[in-house]
Parts: sequence; C-alpha cells; structure tokens
Amino acid sequence: MTVHQSTQTPYQMQDVYARHLGIPEANIRVVAKDVGGSFGMKLHVYGDEMTTAAMAVMLRRPVKYVADRLESFLSDIHARSHRVRARMAVAADGTITAMEVDDVTGIGPFSAFPRTSAVEGNQVVRLMGGPYANRNYRGALKVVFQNKVMMSQYRAVGHPIACAVTEALVDRAAEACGLDPIEIRRRNLLTDEAYPYKSPTGYVFERLSHHQCLAGLERACDYAGLRKDQMEARKRGIYRGIGIAAFIEITSPGPAFYGVGGAHITAQDGCVMHVDPSGSVRCQVSVTEQGQGTEAIMAQIAASAIGVPIERVRVISGDTETAPYGGSTWASRGASIGGETVLITGRALRDQLLALAAVILQEQPSALDIADGVVVDVGGGRERITIAELARIAYYRPDTLPPGVQPQMTASRNHVPRGQAFAFTNGMQASHLEVDVETGFVRLLGHWVVEDCGRIINPMLVDEQVRGGVVQGIGAALFEECIYSAEGQLLNGTMADYLVPMASEMPDIYVGHVSTPTLHSELGAKGAGEAGTAGSSAAVLNAVNDALRPLGARLSEIPMTPERILKALKKI
Amino acid sequence: MKARDCRYERARSLQEALDLLHRHGADARLIAGGQSLVPALNLRMAAPDMLIDIGALDELRGIRLADAGGAKRLRIGAMVTHAEIARSRDVALYAPLLSLAVKHVAHAAIRNRGTFGGSIAHADPSAEFPACALALGARMHIASRAETRVVAAEDFFRGLHETAILPGEILIAVDMASIEEGFRPGFAELARRSGDYALVGLALQGKPLRGRTLFEAVAPVFFSVGDRPIFARAAAQILMDASVADDTRIRLAQAALTDDLNPPSDPQASSATRLHLARVLLGRVVAEVLEMGAGESRDA
Ligand SMILES: Cc1cc2nc3c(=O)[nH]c(=O)nc-3n(C[C@H](O)[C@H](O)[C@H](O)COP(=O)(O)OP(=O)(O)OC[C@H]3O[C@@H](n4cnc5c(N)ncnc54)[C@H](O)[C@@H]3O)c2cc1C
Repeated sequence: MTVHQSTQTPYQMQDVYARHLGIPEANIRVVAKDVGGSFGMKLHVYGDEMTTAAMAVMLRRPVKYVADRLESFLSDIHARSHRVRARMAVAADGTITAMEVDDVTGIGPFSAFPRTSAVEGNQVVRLMGGPYANRNYRGALKVVFQNKVMMSQYRAVGHPIACAVTEALVDRAAEACGLDPIEIRRRNLLTDEAYPYKSPTGYVFERLSHHQCLAGLERACDYAGLRKDQMEARKRGIYRGIGIAAFIEITSPGPAFYGVGGAHITAQDGCVMHVDPSGSVRCQVSVTEQGQGTEAIMAQIAASAIGVPIERVRVISGDTETAPYGGSTWASRGASIGGETVLITGRALRDQLLALAAVILQEQPSALDIADGVVVDVGGGRERITIAELARIAYYRPDTLPPGVQPQMTASRNHVPRGQAFAFTNGMQASHLEVDVETGFVRLLGHWVVEDCGRIINPMLVDEQVRGGVVQGIGAALFEECIYSAEGQLLNGTMADYLVPMASEMPDIYVGHVSTPTLHSELGAKGAGEAGTAGSSAAVLNAVNDALRPLGARLSEIPMTPERILKALKKI
Repeated sequence: MKARDCRYERARSLQEALDLLHRHGADARLIAGGQSLVPALNLRMAAPDMLIDIGALDELRGIRLADAGGAKRLRIGAMVTHAEIARSRDVALYAPLLSLAVKHVAHAAIRNRGTFGGSIAHADPSAEFPACALALGARMHIASRAETRVVAAEDFFRGLHETAILPGEILIAVDMASIEEGFRPGFAELARRSGDYALVGLALQGKPLRGRTLFEAVAPVFFSVGDRPIFARAAAQILMDASVADDTRIRLAQAALTDDLNPPSDPQASSATRLHLARVLLGRVVAEVLEMGAGESRDA
C-alpha cells in the first residue's frame, strides 16, 4: 500500500498503518513530500486518513480524500485550551520564593493518538517558572474531556501558556515590589554558575544564557528609550506598553520521551549518503521538509562535512521508500538530531573517499583533505584529484586499483541523542505596542527576540523560524480563538471568521542571538523552530497590561480582543 | 466543499443579459467580479443552475460626469471595479467619500476584480459602498426588459443582501450629486485586520459651520450595525440643532445613537461593544470633519 499524505512523520504513519490494517510494515510506503506548514498538527492520527487507507484496503483500489476548510476546522486538532489559576510569592526585594499552579486543560472527546493529548498540559505545569531560580513549586494538572474538537500538541507545546502565566505573574510581582520588569527578571533568572541545573520539575539544563539574552534584549530594543517614550506619550493620552518575557524551550527530545510510554515513535534519525559517478552527493535522510528549510540545512551540513560545493548535494527525504527510518520533524529536532546524523554520515563518507584517494595517490589519508570537491594536500592545499575523478575510477575503472581494494562510495549512520533528555534553549522577548483605550484596538509597534539555539547553521533560516514563531504567538495573543456555542458548535470555522495574524498588522521583528552550543553533539545545534512561539504571547500580554496599568485595567485572558480590552477598561 | 456544477453564459450586451435572465428566471444568478458570489458558491450558500456573466457589457462600464439641468452628477457604471474607483480623479473630486472608503474595501487583489455595482447589489450590511451610497443620497439605475427605473438609496437597501432589484433586473449604474461647496466627507471603520469587514464603520458627509460643532447638513451612515446601512437620524438632528450648546453637542449626538442603532451581537463583538464603538467613531469622524482633530493619536 502506498499512502500519499500530508504528514510530518511518514515513518510513524507507516507503523500505524501496518499495525492497524494488518499489513506487513515493509509493504507500506508513506510519501509525504514538502507538505507545507505542519506545526505539530500533522503529527497526529486522524479518523479521515485512517478511513481513507482502510477503504483502499477494503476496495482494493486507490481512494483519494481531500478535506475542505470546514472539515479541517472540525477534525484537525485544536490547541492550547487551558484555564490556569496560579500564584507567586515574592520577598520584598523581588526574589521569587514560591509558585503554585493549577491547570485545567480541555482535550476534546478523546486523547490524540499516538502522542496523547496529555503532553501539552504536562509541559505547561512542568515549564512554569522555568527560567527562574525559585525551587518551591507546586503544579497540578487536570485533563478534562469536552464535547469539542480534539486538542493536542501544536508548535511549542505547552510553552506559550506556561510562559504567559509565569511572565504575567513576574510582572505583577515587579509591580508589587516597585521594581522594573527587567530588574526583577535579572534578580531571579538562573545565574550563569548554576549549570548543569535540574529544575524543581526535573528538567535538566545543560547551559542557558538568560543574562546575556536579557542584556542583549535591553540593548536591542533601547529599553530606556522605550520607557521614556512611554512616559511622554501618556501625557498626550496615548497608552503604549512594553512587555518582557523570558522563555525556555524544549528541543530535540531523546529516546525516553515517547519510548517509556511504549509508543512506536523513534527519536533517532537515519542517513544514507553516496557519491554518484559524476561526483555529486545524494543524501537520503529521515528528517522531512515542511517549508522550514530542512533540506537546505541538511545540504549545507553534508557539503561542509565532505568538502564539496553545496550545489553538488542533493537531499532526498519525505518518502519511507527512499530515505532511511527516523523520527522526521517535530519538537525542534530536525537540525539538531537530523543535522548531527548527516554530519557524522558525511564525515564517514569523507573518510572513505580519502582512503580511496590515498590508495590512488599513494599517500597517507591523514595527509589529504577535501575542499570544494577536490582532494588536496593538508599542507599547502595543492590539488591532487577531484571527487568526480575518484568516482569515475571507483565506478568504471576499479580494475586499475591495487588488488583487493573495494572502493566504498556509500556511508550510512544513525544517530540518537544520548547525553540528555532534551536540548533546552532559552531567550528573551520584548513587545512594544499601543492600545487605543477608546476602541480596545492594539497596534503593534515592535517586537524583539534575543535567543540561544546553540550553533547557528543557517542564520537566515533561524531568523525566519523565530519571526514566524513570533507571529504565531502574536496570533494567539490577539486574534486566534476557536469560538463555540453553549451547545458545543464551532462558530467560526472559516478563514473569514477565524482570524489568523496577517502581515499588515505585524510589527518589525528584530532577532538577535547568543550562541551556547550543546556539548552533547559535534554539531552543537539545538532547536530553533518553536522558540518564537514560546514567548511572544507572553510579551504581548505583558505589553498590553503595561499600557493599561495607569488606567487600572488588566487582562488575564488571550486572545485580547477589542471587546475584552474594553471590558477590562470598564468601557462596556 | 466546492461549488455545485452549473451552466455559464457570458452575455455580449445588456439586452442579451436581460433576455438570459428572463429565460432562466430564478435559476440564474448574475456574476460580476465574483468576489462575493464565488465564495458563496464554494460554501454552497448559493447554488444556482446558471451563471450569467455581465463582465463584458460596455453599457455597465465607465465613470462619467453628467450635467443634469445645471447640477453635476457623477455616474458610476455597475462594472467599475473598486480599483478603478480608487484611481479615479473624478471620484476624488466629485465623490471624495468614495475615495476615502475604497481603501478599506478588502485587499488589493479583490479590489482588482470586485465591482461597485456588485457591492451595491450584494448589499452586505458590513460593506463600505452601500453606506456611502446612502450618505450621498445616490440613485440606483435598474434595467429590466421593459424599462430602466431609478431608485433612491434610502428605498434601495431592504435588509440582509436584500435590495429593490427585482427578479429579471440588472443594476446598471449608480449616480450621485457632485459634492457641494462647503461639504466635507469623513470615513472611519474599525476592522480587526486590514481588509477585513469592519466591526463598525461610519461614512459621513456634512457641511460644518465654521468655528462650531454645528452642521448645516449632515448624513452619518453606519455599517456593520444592522441588517443594512443605517442613517443615524437622531444623532444627525442633534448635530444640526443650533439650540444645543457647542461643547455638549457631540456628546449628545453620541448618546443619541442608542435611538438610531440596535446592533446585533456575534462572536466578534456584542451589541453593546458595537454601540460603544459606533459612538467613538462618530466622535472621531465629526471631529475630523470639523477639523478639530485634537487628541488624534493615529499616525499615518
Ligand atoms: C476576502 C474578501 C474580503 C472582502 N472584504 C470586503 C470589505 O471589506 N468590504 C466590502 O465591501 N467588500 C468586501 N469583499 C467583497 C467584495 O468587495 C466584492 O467584490 C463585492 O462585495 C461584490 O462585487 P462583485 O463584483 O465581486 O460581485 P459578485 O460577487 O459577482 O456578485 C455579488 C452579488 O451581486 C449580484 N450582482 C452583481 N452585479 C450585479 C448587477 N450589476 N446587478 C444585479 N445584481 C448584481 C450577483 O448576482 C451576486 O448575487 C471582500 C471579498 C473577499 C473575498
């Protein structure tokens, strides 16, 4: 059976189809080419897709199913349905001394398969207070079933809620202690000497860079300047706000994450790489592309690992038949785990090519290097033989090689993170905005992110991942909401009624970096795909409340619609 | 969901279009720019057997200035696109309210195809142009096989997507008196995202008296607050009432909107929110038209 599917995890689906339809796994092929934005929504098993596959088996003929927009609204997972009660204790100097959280999360009629709908709430209660040094924490989670659409993992699972609640409390603590929001964070963030650090909820942070990020953010947004502008604007009856949010982000989960629950979801990735007779490299890898540039990054890593121009590398992914088994794309794991897999495979292939070159050139392999597709001397860089020439000999004239030499033109490796459960990242965000206090409309004036995703492989892709993530969090803060009637009818199941953030309303988004590579891999990369989303809702929430502070109004619900803002202002 | 299968004819003349309409009766629907109808077809909110395309009719094109007994009138053909309205010098000079409003109608791609006549005939209560037509006292020219009749805007909009256009008829043009000396247009709307239909909007034209908050004449028309564009008569009365003190007039006019408007509630905004926003808009637009402009915070 061949299934063409809009999924981000073809291997997981191969296993699901095999087990649920009683077909040997080897007889199932799942093809999921660049399917476009997925954001976790395309990780889950859906009834309509299973039905389509089952019908094909029963009818013994091809079956095609295309959902329309309304069907997607009513059957794809929804996200982040939470009601949180939380409080924070602070000493007079602003030191956070305790935090307590009760989260109720509605997941719809049943838990998503196979990743469950409990991970979201679990991460909310475990990430609360995560950037800070406080050790007194109690968190409780209640997962409730509701007569609504299924709710489950979506980009930055749990983080935006944990971050929004924590950061809103930190701002209230600052107000109570008479401290500036930046200052209270500086006093409470984990210090640089704390690492490795185990949080009260059991997360281990190898090394985070909160203080460098905070300093970088303060500079980037000209914090003092924004505060000055805010004071001046208020005199003119204009209410601007500045919101700060510190975040941590779970990336690159190791094998225990789903493994302990018995789910057939692999945390490893696989790569097969070979040099073809023209000297080009084919890189078959299990991480998949959904528009984020996975293939570009894999090509970049392969090219530099071997020493060939990037144009000579072709990356093949998104098909269980043509790329080795692996976890694919979720939890900001592509560049870090998939990238490491490609790196070690590329190095292995390079070693094989050098071994062959050494035989032909009668040199020691260690005396040779590969640069720009050419084998060169380590000292001096003299060109000795091109990779294309090596390939020609290997494939067409191995008879010219010494007896017994078998040229190895293919390398393969698997890689799974072993040193740590997750590669945590961190960062700071700031939002600057203006609230029209008569209409409740919010105008975004600027947004800043300074983050640390370890080694940056491709700066442009990282920046745009962060920007896209920020926009998604802004969507949650100001626009996006699934509205239900009292009877459980979804009332806004069209793109005209469900408001996604659009370019006209978005501010310029500055992205800056601190780089603390993880020492658990050679590549040193952590994940970058979810960091923007993790903190931007919180920054916008704090900025709106900062703007409204002189008027005694405060919001504690997102999205902050004009109506909710007017209610907070007691205008309606 | 996708549109139901249906037949399609592109009329070559107004007469042919009217004949086709006559022949197919209630089973047929006119299609102009298709920017409202095609989404409705795809959602199966409309499922006609037959589409009659009026896009090729020269009779429905063009923006013309006509002299009717010494008074200038601007005539806008039904097939004039939103983009043409935005570009037109004549519209800017003689019906500047439309030039202000058109910036808020949908997005550029939709403005390239959506038509003025389609917007008027579709009579969406959240649309900008029907409100402008009412504020400007425009007249709708409606052709049938028998005659062409003229209907005043105040008699034209009958309810949600309901107009005075009868089965078998086509709106061919809209005309309006050119703006008179001393009159000024004002327009504002509150939409969640640029290009969205507004939560509340206001199209206004009036003749303010210098140095006062008083108008010699004023036509404030709200949209997105009912089943059709709504002329706020009670508020207009106060704005034209010389016996009211200048410094309380705007506040009283805002308060009087309770009598003029009874907005519906929907998931986006409650009735109370819409009424509040309508008051804010009235205050802002009147201030702008009076050139008081004080306290304005909106940058360009
Ligand atoms: C994403 C989106 C956003 C939009 N936002 C806005 C907005 O903010 N404000 C706004 O005003 N509009 C908005 N629109 C609608 C747009 O302006 C339409 O173009 C307009 O409402 C209808 O014009 P049309 O030429 O496309 O008409 P069509 O879609 O072709 O027709 C609409 C209706 O009018 C009838 N009709 C058309 N022409 C005639 C005629 N000459 N005589 C009799 N009946 C006729 C048709 O039979 C049909 O019932 C939006 C549309 C989209 C898709």
